[in-house]
Amino acid sequence: MKRCDKLVEVGRRQFLRGGLATAAALPMVGLMAKDAKAATNGALLDYPSGKLANVNDLKLNEPMEVSYPDEDAPGVLLKLGKAVEGGVGPDGDIVGFTTVCPHKGFPLSYNAESRTMNCPGHYSVFDCEAGGQQTWGQATQNLPQYRLRVDDKGDIYAEGVDELLYGRLSNVL
Amino acid sequence: MAFKRNIDRLPIIPADATKHNVTCHYCIVGCGYNAYTWPVNKQGGTAPNENALGVDLSKQQPANSEAWYSPSMYNVVKQNGKDVHLVVKPDKECSVNSGLGSVRGARMAENRRSDKTGTQQQRLEEPMIWRYGTWQPTSWDDALDLVARVTARVIDKDNEDDLFVSMFDHGGSAGGYENTWGTGKLYFESMKVKHCRIHNRPAYNSEVHSTRDMGVGELNYAYEDYTMTDTIFLVGTNPLECQTNLFLNHMVPGMRNGAKVIIVDPRRTVTANACEVEAGKDNVLHLAIKTGTDVALFNTLFTYIADQGWVDKEFIANSTFQGDVAQPLDEAHPAALGSFEFALQECRTSLADGAAICGVSEADIVKAAEWIAKPKDDGSRRKCVTAYEKGIIWGNDNYRAIGTLVNIGLATGNIGREGGGVCRLGGHQEGYMRPSDAHVGRPAPYIDQLLIAGKGKVHHVWANDHYKTTLNATAFKREYNRRTNMVKDAMDARAGATREELVDAIVGAINAGGLFSVNVDIIHSQIGQAAHVILPAVESGEMNLTSMNGERRMRLVEKYMDGPGSAQPDCMIAAGMAQHLERVIREQGRSEYADQFKGYDWKSEEDAFMDGYHANTGKIVTYERLRAMGNNGVQEPVVDFQDGKLVGVKRLYADGKFDRHGREDKKALFCAGQWRGLQAAGKAAQRDNYAFLINNGRANIIWQNWFLDKGNDFVSDRFPLPFIEINPEDMAELNLKQGDLVEVYNDVGATQALVYPTPTARRKETFMVFGAPNGAQGNIVNAGVNELILPNYKHTWANIRKISDATPSTSRLSYKSQEYVAS
Ligand code: SF4
Ligand code: FES
Repeated sequence: MKRCDKLVEVGRRQFLRGGLATAAALPMVGLMAKDAKAATNGALLDYPSGKLANVNDLKLNEPMEVSYPDEDAPGVLLKLGKAVEGGVGPDGDIVGFTTVCPHKGFPLSYNAESRTMNCPGHYSVFDCEAGGQQTWGQATQNLPQYRLRVDDKGDIYAEGVDELLYGRLSNVL
Repeated sequence: MAFKRNIDRLPIIPADATKHNVTCHYCIVGCGYNAYTWPVNKQGGTAPNENALGVDLSKQQPANSEAWYSPSMYNVVKQNGKDVHLVVKPDKECSVNSGLGSVRGARMAENRRSDKTGTQQQRLEEPMIWRYGTWQPTSWDDALDLVARVTARVIDKDNEDDLFVSMFDHGGSAGGYENTWGTGKLYFESMKVKHCRIHNRPAYNSEVHSTRDMGVGELNYAYEDYTMTDTIFLVGTNPLECQTNLFLNHMVPGMRNGAKVIIVDPRRTVTANACEVEAGKDNVLHLAIKTGTDVALFNTLFTYIADQGWVDKEFIANSTFQGDVAQPLDEAHPAALGSFEFALQECRTSLADGAAICGVSEADIVKAAEWIAKPKDDGSRRKCVTAYEKGIIWGNDNYRAIGTLVNIGLATGNIGREGGGVCRLGGHQEGYMRPSDAHVGRPAPYIDQLLIAGKGKVHHVWANDHYKTTLNATAFKREYNRRTNMVKDAMDARAGATREELVDAIVGAINAGGLFSVNVDIIHSQIGQAAHVILPAVESGEMNLTSMNGERRMRLVEKYMDGPGSAQPDCMIAAGMAQHLERVIREQGRSEYADQFKGYDWKSEEDAFMDGYHANTGKIVTYERLRAMGNNGVQEPVVDFQDGKLVGVKRLYADGKFDRHGREDKKALFCAGQWRGLQAAGKAAQRDNYAFLINNGRANIIWQNWFLDKGNDFVSDRFPLPFIEINPEDMAELNLKQGDLVEVYNDVGATQALVYPTPTARRKETFMVFGAPNGAQGNIVNAGVNELILPNYKHTWANIRKISDATPSTSRLSYKSQEYVAS
């Protein structure tokens, strides 16, 4: 019962925050990516749906560099070999993250042994198998993760990001 | 799922937003930030002239950019009754942090109370009185009248011993010069309250008596000393997690300039790892001593350095006491103090003995001594800066441990000089301004034990949460609940009675052994659950507040938002209490006593500042002058005002004169602190009877006792419960998996934690995060203290048993190594 209350509470707060950002929607429409525009009523921005790769392009535990939602936003796709949070594909094991550290924007690198993204800036560590949770570090966000979709052909599309990307005040510029 | 805000854009700060000076109110480092506020119906644009950042925000910004803020740096708050946008982001111009934020400070905005975004709904808004079986909101006048009437019944001009007071003495947060003065004036000037304690310890005493008695104030350097030194000597401290931007912005540049690092800590921390990353493994020496053997290590180093002749003879001759004993060992001095020769003779410890006691090799002790003091090949002096904190402050034999460490700094002439200093790193900022506490005595009364023993009738609690942070907390909570419940029962039995009848009923209950508890805080704390009157306070930023950081850098945080409801600054609450006490006591015909409570006609916190800090420090510093000094402020003591600027002092003791002990000759003293094993009562027996050391302290992501963080989704998602780090082989023996819930129990109590597998933890040596609301480590810390009532939290042994498998909220967490590895 307690747990339920907490969920309701968290939901309420997130709704309020989302609603607020909408109320203050930013006049950025059509500044950059051609098929991206700032939402007017939606809780989140309209993101471009970008094809990042095909499931056959990915090798187990080898990072594949991508960028999303535009080419100034580097990221990575990973096939982790076991179903994880936010994972897609036949095995639920494909995830995508930004590779710009949400602390001060240093480039993250993938540590294949621990399956973490590590930051040389101030030593933050993000766990790719736990939804990008910051295992330890100075960022005040967990690692922004892509919302992914895989179609019948095995093409992997990104359709959104779940936290603000470092270095931009709107994920879609 | 890992916590994600799903915020993918933020309002832009408009060019005409109001910019306020802010010093982070969390840790001692006191990083500079700016708070920007603007009306809720306005926003900036992406063009450089449309935003306060002056850059084109339609482009991706580079690393270390000033033109980005995270969702945690944003909120909507009230300012003069109106909703405004708020961004609190790090200030690149501040020399303390140069634009860096930490995982704590960069959440300042998110940790403000907001009606709009729903953050920190736990903040108290109105005074409350225990009525009709629970707490009912009421007015300040009603609440303070009850406090004054009950308090006045137990105090008199010549005896205020039945009034017990727990009051913070720190800066930052809701502390600072204004608020320590307000409370200090009430309890130490209007009254002479003897039964008082400080926020993090069970008595009213210094955490660092010995260094002060030796003449050396504990914050004597400047942070830049780390960048101009040869060796950084870290003792019982984990600065990457506890003083983050001091480490990142000063120690790291020092290492990159070639400084070596010595770390004394039984535990391998993330600080040790980061030092290895920055300085290279060969330049980092981790002395993982047996816990609590610091005195033996320092004495061995002192002896070896002296015997090699690596001491600063001139400095010793000119700046330290010549002779034998200056201060003998007595009840108030747990070690004798005197000359270099005297201390050396008393402390003399051979390499072989030191190595055996501390469990480290002789070669490593020699290496440490060389890194600290061996002259360089060209014969020049080696510079060494020494930093210590809770590992020895809350460790074994506080007085001697700190004293014998300071010996090394004095012997090598490393105090008052560039690249030197022997300093504590600190917890909160400082901000202490109170009338003399001499009447409290030394050793000071052990308040928590007196409360447990049934002493005291009225207890005023100012932002102390004993339930989460004191030692012997299991017994304390049991007795405190029992005694305060007696009063609650008496109040419940007189529902509907007049104020006079109610006060009589309360006094009846306290005379029968009950305790009337008044709680002043920003949230309804755990000890606040036992309170009869609750008074809501504001924090830094909700009032103007001055404090100083770990290099004595004083700044004014400008008020940038309203406090919640009718919450007030502590200094104004203290003033209100004094005025109500004056009125009630005068009514009772004790007019001479009532007169003592005059002098609180402050209109604002600024008046309290002028009455306290300004009037007692040479009448130089004002709000206006401090505001003009911005986020770089001025390093105390402030000695002058010239050319429109406050003039401070970069390093203390640059003239070689030491005065913290108050000696006329201004000569520093050495400490003759011999090693004497585990000093505090019951520690050795606990070690011999329980399987695991339960070392304890802070963690990076959590500020202090989680008082705001327990209401922060990002933090409670990471650690829904306090963690305990355990070696995987110990886990296997106990049949534990990661995320399991365990009970940690011993002869004094029990607590709970979630298991965090930690391969770098030594066998049978765990580490538990302290101060958690749902697993207080203090429950299992015994009552043992040193002669001056300094607690030893660190030395706790207990057994561990499994309570349950990982729960849904703990099984999904990351349990990977917290150490950064370059890929
Ligand atoms: S290091 Fe300390 S003062 Fe600086 S931002 Fe972090 S908590 Fe605040
Ligand atoms: S930029 Fe990644 S930890 Fe600071």
